[in-house]
Amino acid sequence: MSAVLPRANELTTPERGVWVAMRRDLRLAVRSKGELAQALAFFVIVVSLFPLAIGPESALLKRVAPGVVWVCALLAVMLTLPRIFQSDYLDGTLEQLALSRYPLPVLCAGKMIAHWLTTGVPLAITAPLLGLQFGLQGRELMVIVAGLILGTPILTMLGAIGAALVLGVRGGSILMALLVLPLYIPVLIFGAGAAEASMAGVDVTANLSLLGAMLLIGMVAAPFAAAAAVKISLD
Amino acid sequence: MNLFKYSAPSSFYPLAGKLVPWFGTLAFVAAVIGLYLGLFVAPEDFQQGEVYRIIFIHVPTAWMAMFIYLLMAGYAVLALVYQTRLSAMMMEALAPTGAMFTAIALWTGALWGKPTWGTYWAWDARMTSTLILLFLYVGYIALVNAIEDKKRADKAGALLVLVGSVNVPIIYFSVKWWNTLHQGASISVSQGNKMAAIMLASMAIMAFACWMYSMAVAFCRVRAIILEREGQSQWVKSIKEAVS
Amino acid sequence: MNWVEFFSMDGKGFFVWGSFGVFLLCIVVEIVMVRRRIDRAQQSVRDSIAAGESGTARTAQ
Repeated sequence: MSAVLPRANELTTPERGVWVAMRRDLRLAVRSKGELAQALAFFVIVVSLFPLAIGPESALLKRVAPGVVWVCALLAVMLTLPRIFQSDYLDGTLEQLALSRYPLPVLCAGKMIAHWLTTGVPLAITAPLLGLQFGLQGRELMVIVAGLILGTPILTMLGAIGAALVLGVRGGSILMALLVLPLYIPVLIFGAGAAEASMAGVDVTANLSLLGAMLLIGMVAAPFAAAAAVKISLD
Repeated sequence: MNLFKYSAPSSFYPLAGKLVPWFGTLAFVAAVIGLYLGLFVAPEDFQQGEVYRIIFIHVPTAWMAMFIYLLMAGYAVLALVYQTRLSAMMMEALAPTGAMFTAIALWTGALWGKPTWGTYWAWDARMTSTLILLFLYVGYIALVNAIEDKKRADKAGALLVLVGSVNVPIIYFSVKWWNTLHQGASISVSQGNKMAAIMLASMAIMAFACWMYSMAVAFCRVRAIILEREGQSQWVKSIKEAVS
Repeated sequence: MNWVEFFSMDGKGFFVWGSFGVFLLCIVVEIVMVRRRIDRAQQSVRDSIAAGESGTARTAQ
């Protein structure tokens, strides 16, 4: 908590809230390295289950690789969503954040960035290794990484809204999946679509630009929606 | 007339009670006429044969599925901006009917698809987005039921529907995009301007019937919700109509 | 009009009547459920009014 509220004499502008919230969440994430590694391990293990389930035939594996990697990344992000608000909600920090001198949307933006840096980025870095196991090659791997870099922040932003809505609700995690997964579909379609397009030798810029457009919309709207959701859950 | 007067549950309760029989009657009459036209008067479709008659319930229910979600999004804005309790109650009253129509649209679509396309389910853009719409309804209903504090449930549900409604066009566009990319099921639906006037009329009348039915059921349900939530308040006890 | 022919629908009766039947069934079930819900809500209000009246009556004595 001490890291959240600046000292009285410290000069504060509202934008600084992004930095304050982000630094705090990053510090917490680094302190509990286990959680960080768990999401990654989940991602790797679930992706590795697919060859065992559908057989080692390389043509088939290559065909399904983008979809498998994307679905597993999406699930891994979803499992980490409670981390954004849950512990702060339980120990009362979230209430103090809402009352702090920084606007809540700004703090939410900081929390989202921290979440993305600790889940989306590691997933994007790991994905090429898994892609190699499925027989994907240079350019295709790059497109998957690019798609994940553009797409996982959108997953974080939509997920933060869902995570905030179910704070303190019984059976919240499965409920959150119900709320969030349908909203994830466009990201999945464009992200996996980009990878498939690169496999088919088609231009991938359309898919990636659409992901980028969604990212821009999300960056403008999601902090406010997440802040509204937090306020609703705190009342 | 001051519309805002009726945004209070206490004045809306009796009004809804008076409107329900009207909507119900209109729905029943329109459904009888629509079904008569659709099943007996409309001629057999020269391409699809008799099976095409399913569209007289498939298309209206699919319209209602989308329309009710839009309506809920409208109420969500009112609930969040003007903080009217009644708007959130209307959302809660509409959602089950919307979900039901979505499920019927999928079911009838499947039964129409089997004899026409040769398969119950195709990952066609429209069917896929309707399925996702059903997920959105289910998510809303699950969220509102899971939160015990009704005030919070109202606002959370409204925010979810608002976020969902922003997503609906994106979902629809993305699914269409995905569908054309994959070219899996190349299906051409023979509809549009070729349809005879009598078929269109019957479909429009059925859509009207579904709409009136939705209003009747939603108003009836919203009355129940009002009583469940405000049964202890003074106004409920002061009007005899509330409990008769 | 030949009713047997009407119900067979070119031999596609299963699909046509499966659609119309489920549609009708859903609507009937929903109407019954909503009726029961509002009846129950009104009953509980009536109960609480009755309980309140008997309560005030007792305190008046």
